[in-house]
Amino acid sequence: MTTKAFGARVARVEDERFLRGRGRYLDDLAADALHVALHRSPHAHARITDIDVEAVLDVDGVVAVYTYEDLTGAMADPLPLLIPHPDLTHGRTQYALAKDQVNYVGEAIAMVVAVDRYVAEDAAARIVVSYEFLPPVVGLDAARAADHLVHDDVPGNLAATSTQATGDAMAAISRAPHRLALDLDIERSACTPLEGRGTVAKWDTDNGRLEVWSSTQTSTGVRAAVAAKLGLDLSVVDVITPDVGGGFGVKVVHPWPEEVLVPMAAMALGRPVKFTEDRREHFISAAHERAQQQHVEVGFDDDGRILGLDVEIWHDNGAYIPYGLIVPIITTTQLLGPYKPPVYKATFHSLYTNTVIVTPYRGAGRPQGVYAMERTMDAIAAALGKDRAEVRAANFIQPDEFPYDQGLIFQDGKPLIYDSGDFPQMLDKVKALVGWDEFAAFRDEMRAEGRRVGIGLACYVEGTGVGPYEGGHIQVETTGKVKVSTGLTTQGQGHQTVFAQIVADELGVRFEDVEVVTGDTRRMPYAVGTYASRAAVMSGSAIALTARSVRRKALELAAEALEANVDDLEIRDGVVEVRGAPGAQISLGTLAVLSNPLRYAFDEASKAATQFSVGDPDKVPVPEGTSPGLESRDFYSPPRSTFASGMHAVIVETDPDTAEIRILKYAVVHDCGRLINPMIVEGQIHGGVAQGVGGALYERMVYDEHGQLLNASFMDFLMPYVTEVPETIDVDHLETPSPLNPLGIKGAGEAGVIPSAAVFASAIEDAEGIVITRMPISPSELYDLRRTHAGSDEAAVAAVEGDS
Amino acid sequence: MKPAPFSYVRPATIDEALATLAADPHAKVLAGGQSLVPLLSMRLAQPSTLVDINGLSELAFVRTDESGVRIGALARHRQVEDDGDAWRAQPLLRQALRLVAHPTIRNRGTTLGSVVHADPAAEMPAVAVLLGARVVAASVDGRREIDAADLFVGPLESALRSDELALEMVVPANPPRTGTAIDEIARRHGDFALCGVAAVVSVGENGAIETVRASYLAVAPTPHVLDLSEAFVDGTASDRNLDAAAEIASGALDPDADIHGTADYRRHLSGVLTRRVVRDAYTRATAPDAQGAR
Ligand SMILES: Cc1cc2nc3c(=O)[nH]c(=O)nc-3n(C[C@H](O)[C@H](O)[C@H](O)COP(=O)(O)OP(=O)(O)OC[C@H]3O[C@@H](n4cnc5c(N)ncnc54)[C@H](O)[C@@H]3O)c2cc1C
Repeated sequence: MTTKAFGARVARVEDERFLRGRGRYLDDLAADALHVALHRSPHAHARITDIDVEAVLDVDGVVAVYTYEDLTGAMADPLPLLIPHPDLTHGRTQYALAKDQVNYVGEAIAMVVAVDRYVAEDAAARIVVSYEFLPPVVGLDAARAADHLVHDDVPGNLAATSTQATGDAMAAISRAPHRLALDLDIERSACTPLEGRGTVAKWDTDNGRLEVWSSTQTSTGVRAAVAAKLGLDLSVVDVITPDVGGGFGVKVVHPWPEEVLVPMAAMALGRPVKFTEDRREHFISAAHERAQQQHVEVGFDDDGRILGLDVEIWHDNGAYIPYGLIVPIITTTQLLGPYKPPVYKATFHSLYTNTVIVTPYRGAGRPQGVYAMERTMDAIAAALGKDRAEVRAANFIQPDEFPYDQGLIFQDGKPLIYDSGDFPQMLDKVKALVGWDEFAAFRDEMRAEGRRVGIGLACYVEGTGVGPYEGGHIQVETTGKVKVSTGLTTQGQGHQTVFAQIVADELGVRFEDVEVVTGDTRRMPYAVGTYASRAAVMSGSAIALTARSVRRKALELAAEALEANVDDLEIRDGVVEVRGAPGAQISLGTLAVLSNPLRYAFDEASKAATQFSVGDPDKVPVPEGTSPGLESRDFYSPPRSTFASGMHAVIVETDPDTAEIRILKYAVVHDCGRLINPMIVEGQIHGGVAQGVGGALYERMVYDEHGQLLNASFMDFLMPYVTEVPETIDVDHLETPSPLNPLGIKGAGEAGVIPSAAVFASAIEDAEGIVITRMPISPSELYDLRRTHAGSDEAAVAAVEGDS
Repeated sequence: MKPAPFSYVRPATIDEALATLAADPHAKVLAGGQSLVPLLSMRLAQPSTLVDINGLSELAFVRTDESGVRIGALARHRQVEDDGDAWRAQPLLRQALRLVAHPTIRNRGTTLGSVVHADPAAEMPAVAVLLGARVVAASVDGRREIDAADLFVGPLESALRSDELALEMVVPANPPRTGTAIDEIARRHGDFALCGVAAVVSVGENGAIETVRASYLAVAPTPHVLDLSEAFVDGTASDRNLDAAAEIASGALDPDADIHGTADYRRHLSGVLTRRVVRDAYTRATAPDAQGAR
């Protein structure tokens, strides 16, 4: 009997290749390609008055140089605004090469193509650009003040203001017995995948085809964009995604300027051209996320139950807004988490600044929303002197209330309806895992040793598996090998493994015989992309449906070949057997041969399918409604998103002398519906937690007032090392299957990172007894907080004494 | 992030290296490359010639005798850290090297390279000044010895001339009844410190503290050494004395803020760390390690 692969801790098939250094990343391709280097703006805000490329032409090895003047047709238009929205009244996107103004340090102005990257950089450095300086708008305070405008024609620096409400929140708050207001801040960070962006393009003159390899999260998106920009028919453009060394969101943005400039140059020069982004370029010319200011008003009863919630958010979207309003929409909708405030209103303002663009980064706006909500929960608990877990429990949606309609519109334009979950049980589990009820005793013990500890808790709900669709293609080879392809891309998540697990079970073949290809438009031209924790739900479901079709087809062919009834057949380890008739069997490989009626034999196996050896002479070889080959292509399109959920708890220790923050225990309970591979889900969570530790305690983007990014390297942008990440992360699962897809699954890719800022703020606040309103937090900042806090205590004491 | 063009020379002898340095005032020595190569890649340094000394294996030595430890220009951090004789003669070397970067970087980076690179946040310059080390430099004109106290001119600026090659560093042995310690606060494990302090404490025959000196890194443009003995006139490492020492330190230092910490925070750390390292060095001065190191 084939062992069931779904749900098993199957080792990742990818790892053998990756660990042996056999991965093929973008920069490993096209060794013969020309290389590009970009001349980028050193200024955050300036008008370009002149670009002098004269000096470049003297550099040996330079093949071409491009500026905006050289762009024609659609290339001369701004890059697309990918996700329009009715509230996005002032959407602005950049040109592939700056036209007459630059709006952030790092914006591409000119592109040099040369024999290698060294020469290309030498040449790019010789380009002389003359500027007329404009005052830079850096940070949300400056954007909101709008003393200066990023874009002349965008008043107030406002790209959009958008409101969603389920009623009159302020009225509900004013009627509530208790009220609180909070002002919160969260700073920028970024995806920083180990492999930066990159694109290779080859123009095949003989066939009139363009082949593009890109380190992207959406090969079909890049394909459509390249075709549109270069005026090519889609059918002559192929986009292939090689191994991708991490994406985390930044690579779903497309087309990046280089992603269209490189193919343009390849066509013009008739030679392969490559762009490999370097680390500094990634910091200053890719994308960041997270920066928001938040104002929360909440009204609640004596139990801490929220009666009304009103949130206003100022979101820094950077210099341009190619990805639309997705991030702030997610913040304001997913802020609700597992809770059900009876009346909710959220408004966000998306503001331009002269800094790198802001687009989704793992979590995509949720970390900010969860931060706002969970800071509020802690504030309510503090105001009432109640246990923080109890206040949360008082606000939970109950298990019998699913599907639960939050009454809002989610990021996919569909209603925000939670499909399943069990929050009370999840809370019990996380409390047990972290030792919530024993913590008071632990704190006393530590205090006796002069040590300071705190515990934090944060809950979230994550909309995953957004549509519109994904597809699967499965073909059984005559060897019995099963070739699977899906159009979305892979950045190391383990898709090859989990999709093979699904196919092994659904089709009845050995896991080892399944081979999965992703992100190659030659194999699957219809696809959307890998983002929003959607790959397992979307492609997993599509592949399951496809496997079922292939299974049906195989059984029909086998019924004929074995002269048996379809209902009596079963498939095990790639062999169709007649139940109760030992020996009556046929392999899927043979069925693949038979499925393709042949005139010509080319080997022993194919003889079996030739015209004198098979088939009923009175029947059509390929009957209407069927097609040759044991293969199928099917699609899955969900009615709306599925909603995963989770709760994190952390115990931290803060050093009374140095204000250093150490993690003593980290616990996660996670519900992504049915688990395809618990080990891979745990890996995703571990990685997410590590990234979350970075975002909460180490990373930030330090811009000075001129808009220069001061820490654009891994020396000063403090991505945590393994030594900063908790040694163990305790994970427990809960499985509430989704009713929305054939496998009952939900997404898990982003989960680990979502509640980090919230859970650390909660724990540090608990350890220190100082309200935390800004994240991330460094020891230096905690030290400052302690001093202002001590100062204000003294001032308060002085004031009281002064009164008497 | 590709270096600007340069020519590359890998001399087989010291004389050849010196001749190359003399011939090109914009030449730079390449030792472990752990500081220089990133500077080249970011085009922050654009030397016209790189003089790669990795072929001069005669400089890959660590030699210890009763007077102290001699560290050749090609001795890697790791080699010095692992050397048992060097540790017994001058334990602060190993104590400090463990705080330098990560093992992979210590496998390549040289201790002398670190010293002459003169990064104000690096450990070894602060240790060199505290211990009164001397650097032997050579040029086509001959050799000279530079006291560590005179070596550090400013951030990333040493008294070494562009035509000079540092050949070795001579580090005096730890005197009897003397203990050493170093500690630092860095944002991440292995990072350059926000503040670091190394201390040397000597006690008399009776175990009473006689001298306390401490060296501060990352809180001044060059290593800053303070004599803290006055805080310990009664000869004990009492809390009160340690507090007084910490106060002297935070009063004497005027650190700059950077993106990782405010000036106040660093000053505060200098006090906290002063207490810690003086106490630890004092403990070692009175009770040597079983293998004889203090
Ligand atoms: C990620 C990272 C973290 C680090 N963290 C730390 C840390 O915490 N603490 C710390 O102290 N260091 C740290 N370093 C730096 C490391 O210690 C370097 O090894 C050291 O600073 C320089 O030694 P090197 O042999 O690599 O010198 P190189 O990089 O080869 O040279 C550095 C400079 O010194 C000059 N030079 C080198 N040798 C000689 C010589 N014999 N004569 C004349 N000039 C010479 C070179 O011309 C160059 O200007 C870190 C480095 C990295 C990459």
